Amino acid sequence: MDPIRIVEVKEAVLADNDAAARSNKERMKAQNTVLINLMGSPGAGKTSTLLQLIARMKDTLRIGVMEADVDSDVDAQTIGDAGVRVIQLHTAGLCHMDADMTRRGLEAMGTKDLDVIFLENIGNLVCPAEFEVGADLRMMILSVPEGDDKPLKYPLMFTVSDVMIVNKIDTAPIFDFDLAAACERACALNPRLAVFPVSARTGEGFDELADYLKAFIQERRAQA
Amino acid sequence: MHEMGIVLHLAKTLDETAEENKLTKIGRVTLQVGEVSGIMTDLFTDAFDYFKKKHPMLTECKLELETIPGVTWCDNCHKTYETVKYGKTCPHCGSGETWLLQGNECIIKEIEAE
Repeated sequence: MDPIRIVEVKEAVLADNDAAARSNKERMKAQNTVLINLMGSPGAGKTSTLLQLIARMKDTLRIGVMEADVDSDVDAQTIGDAGVRVIQLHTAGLCHMDADMTRRGLEAMGTKDLDVIFLENIGNLVCPAEFEVGADLRMMILSVPEGDDKPLKYPLMFTVSDVMIVNKIDTAPIFDFDLAAACERACALNPRLAVFPVSARTGEGFDELADYLKAFIQERRAQA
Repeated sequence: MHEMGIVLHLAKTLDETAEENKLTKIGRVTLQVGEVSGIMTDLFTDAFDYFKKKHPMLTECKLELETIPGVTWCDNCHKTYETVKYGKTCPHCGSGETWLLQGNECIIKEIEAE
């Protein structure tokens, strides 16, 4: 039997994921494609938010969508009907997308002729925040029925995101949702956070969000 | 629930370390986990114990966890404080201009192997 050895590793457990995320980011940058990671709870309105954005962006931008779910392809069918390229990814039970799964999705979908790709992450406010995928922009959706206390309960998601979309704003009076309190709590964690109150049902607020994203995409692509 | 995802990444790094160092069996792995890393140590241990049965090199591997305390720095009064107890607001001066110095890590410190 071989003698027992101690090997010092001193490596972050997610170092391989971070390296894969950097590689995704560089590959997308090299071909001038912007990758956006969209996160939020199940039922927050990720797919209906994408439909509203696609309607406002597809005339000027070539859009791809990666739908990540534990199972089924209902979201991919909905997005495909909107007339953009879509791929359904299954995580086989895992609660988040990691960078390597994202790479495989990007390769399977084909991205060279796309201007922007949305990754619709698994519905979850916890795990997707932990795993970098190599996105240029991280957007999270907080929907009104979830409550204005969510930044207190799931601080990492609000800390790592660049954009907070407050969806279902048309229902705020019914749910006693305090938008100012939600913004204050989220911005205390992350002063850079850009906030957009919207309703994916009525379309309210989406012109502003689409304009913001178009400007971001244009600026990012001009740098490449 | 992301504990299983982290275990998968841990296993990948251990496989690579084993290959580099020509190891055949890992008997112990020591991880340093930050207090505010968002990793539930009980769940993490369960996920690891479940996974190792399916991974020949780790079948007899013991998992040891060391905690790295959460420490936050206050930009306003230039003092540090315990993150878990006081969160984002500095207990010395009440400022919110504070930054986590340590406590969100998950590092493989060392392994014991044959």
